[in-house]
Amino acid sequence: MTIQVKFFASLREKLGMESASVEPGAAMTIREIWDQVTTTDYPVNTLCAINMDYAKPDDIVNDGDEVAFFPPVTGG
Amino acid sequence: MPAFLYEHALDPLGEIEQYQKQHLRPGSYGATTNFIGTMRDFNAGDDVQLMTLEHYPEMTQKFLDKLCDEALEKWDLVDCLVIHRFGDIKPGDPIVLTVAWSAHRVEAFDACRYLIEELKARAPFWKKETTGDNERWVHDAPSG
Repeated sequence: MTIQVKFFASLREKLGMESASVEPGAAMTIREIWDQVTTTDYPVNTLCAINMDYAKPDDIVNDGDEVAFFPPVTGG
Repeated sequence: MPAFLYEHALDPLGEIEQYQKQHLRPGSYGATTNFIGTMRDFNAGDDVQLMTLEHYPEMTQKFLDKLCDEALEKWDLVDCLVIHRFGDIKPGDPIVLTVAWSAHRVEAFDACRYLIEELKARAPFWKKETTGDNERWVHDAPSG
């Protein structure tokens, strides 16, 4: 199984990366996913989601999940 | 209680009229409130020629569907509706519409305000503005 990772908006542009995939050897947190697919520290204001629901950096990600990272939202 | 995402132009008042005709029984509601967000041609002291709205499609739909459910649970509404644009938007174009229908005005006002405030605070959309030859991400949403 694979964990799909997506990046949006200014964060995607800053990282130069739209998506990534991770093959988890064991249970991983969102922060550990970030550390595995990027070379930067987790930005303070960055928001994250698991399977299209808001999550926290210390939440556990399971096989087959979709993880997303994005900056503060500005819709409406 | 639907939420829709449009890449094409949004006609807010036409949408309200059409939704009422198709889904609501005349006489079943006594109050209709709506919020329409429209693109300005200025922001942070600069002229803005174009805005591109990026979103996280699956999460946006899921979030807005849940938001409508929450409004219907919190207030005694007849119905509610949320429509949001994405893609390229020009000054003067409507960006977002929230509508609440209820028997009386208080529930309709409160629910409509809740829908737009929660959408602005948490729905995964991001605005990128074109000002002259420059593009920039909008970093914060004014509280007004």
